[in-house]
Amino acid sequence: MTLTMNPKGRPSAARALPPARDPWRRTGGAAVRGRTGVLPRVLAYCGLAALAVAVLYPLCWMALSGLKSNGELFTAPWSLPAHPRWDNYADAWNQGTLRYLLNSALVTSASVLAVVLISAWAAYGLTRLDIPLARPALLLVLGGMMLSPTVALVPLAQLLQALHIYDTYWALIVLYTAFKVPFTTFLIRAYLLSLPSEVEEAAHLDGASRWQTFWQVVVPMSRPILVSAAMLQTLFCWNEYAFALVFVTDDRLKTLPVGLADMAGRLNSDWPILFAGLTIAALPMIIVFLLGQRHFIRGLAEGVGK
Amino acid sequence: MTTLHGVPTAGSRTARRVRHALWAAPALALITVFVYYPVVENVRLSLLKFSVFQPGTRYVGLDNYRQAFSDPVFWKALVNNLLFAVTSVTVQVGAALVLAALLEELVGRRLGGLLRTLYVVPAAVSMTVAGLLFQFLYQRDAGLVNSLLGGVGLDSWQRDWLGQPDTAIWGVIGMSQWQSFGYTTMLLTVAVQRIPRELYEAAYVDGAGRVRTFFTVTVPMVRQMTTLLVILTVSGAFLVFNEVMVMTGGGPSNSSQVLGTWLYASAFTGDDMGYAAAIGTVMFVLTFAAGAAQLYYSRRKAVEA
Repeated sequence: MTLTMNPKGRPSAARALPPARDPWRRTGGAAVRGRTGVLPRVLAYCGLAALAVAVLYPLCWMALSGLKSNGELFTAPWSLPAHPRWDNYADAWNQGTLRYLLNSALVTSASVLAVVLISAWAAYGLTRLDIPLARPALLLVLGGMMLSPTVALVPLAQLLQALHIYDTYWALIVLYTAFKVPFTTFLIRAYLLSLPSEVEEAAHLDGASRWQTFWQVVVPMSRPILVSAAMLQTLFCWNEYAFALVFVTDDRLKTLPVGLADMAGRLNSDWPILFAGLTIAALPMIIVFLLGQRHFIRGLAEGVGK
Repeated sequence: MTTLHGVPTAGSRTARRVRHALWAAPALALITVFVYYPVVENVRLSLLKFSVFQPGTRYVGLDNYRQAFSDPVFWKALVNNLLFAVTSVTVQVGAALVLAALLEELVGRRLGGLLRTLYVVPAAVSMTVAGLLFQFLYQRDAGLVNSLLGGVGLDSWQRDWLGQPDTAIWGVIGMSQWQSFGYTTMLLTVAVQRIPRELYEAAYVDGAGRVRTFFTVTVPMVRQMTTLLVILTVSGAFLVFNEVMVMTGGGPSNSSQVLGTWLYASAFTGDDMGYAAAIGTVMFVLTFAAGAAQLYYSRRKAVEA
């Protein structure tokens, strides 16, 4: 793989701007920092740290409040739970959170798989193969990024009813996939354009079919961007609310965002159990994000424009 | 088909090209049916009056648009979208750029990275979680916002933030900034880190101070990213739906409606489908303009490559 690796061992991506430094590894800037006095730096540190605390406090508060009794929440909102009630978390889990969690997991994983697969196929076809009407097809795909189908709730509802997938998992899986195909194809295509095609050509000349070349050469080589695309799609599907609200009405099929809002209505005033449920819902994505933030940033930075 | 001098004939070449097209076919089919068709169909529906419970449709021309322009809630919603856009650009592009520059220039590598990561954590949380949480934080009695205000002696500012028509939309906008500013800070940091250090050194040698350097070096050098973020933020502000739906449902008395929630209410509560489609078309035009600008700025290269 000497072809595709730069000295840092990362696949090289063609960029028009000055060499893109890896945001997490750069060491420069020290000379500039050294110019600032001690006091301003201390003040800046304190301010920035205080901001971090203020940003994270509501989330920590939510997790802790999930351990309180309702009375304690209202009389002592700022204090730590005096007698942690772990039962709240069990209650939230049993009052529907589990069901919504499974629905979200199903819809998310199906849609992530579909969007990455379909977009990678399209990106491969549009960059490497001789296709009739290639340019109009490319414009059709990229143009899809400019359209926001949320404005078309009414025709979408009619369309899903005509296809008999209204109020099924399929409604969400199909919509989440279709709406993110343009962006995901754009991401993968940009990456493929930055990779040399010699390895694929060699594999093809050696008698590998296009299908084999795709799976054995293209997919392994574009793994980093596929991971980024999958993570962005996971975050999108897990948290999507508008379509899940409008196109799924059966309580047994609801995903977390809508299910939790319903649960809030059902629980009415039992806030601690709701907070426990919200914490359970938020935790998986926070963990995924913290573990994979490098992939998120790459995807986002590429997507917003290099 | 036969092959002449080893060159594939037109027929076999066409067959191969069609076979190749299959790679892109699923993507093109999905996009056509579920992205393009609904948006176009929405324009057609906006010229009709129809309802879920009564069969049949009636062509009314531009009546739905006239209805929108004389509907006070439509204008209220549009103003709320504008407030959203202005606030979000100020915080998520303006303040976020200052924050990105501060992190990059004053804070060490590791700590800066850690802080950026912490700032962006709320973006990983769903709008429902954030919205329900803030619903409580904004509460009149036990809400932390009022409790904080009381703590610093601003008792007179305490109120039922989401329950009053004049503050409800600001409560929602505030929550949205909390969720999103870390994300744009992260993107702006990537842009700031690509600025060649020599430019800063040159500016300092010339005697420019920190503030001046920010405006003469940092701001111009990240213009490409800030332009994009402004476009994305504005277009996002006109599409906003979840925050409002979860936190206020557009209330009290429609004071916090935005176009997205007013579309939803018109369609699924008011059962005025044609009117909802007209609102959708207005949103489409507003965001399409932003999207076209975005395409012009960032994808031009991608399309030509």
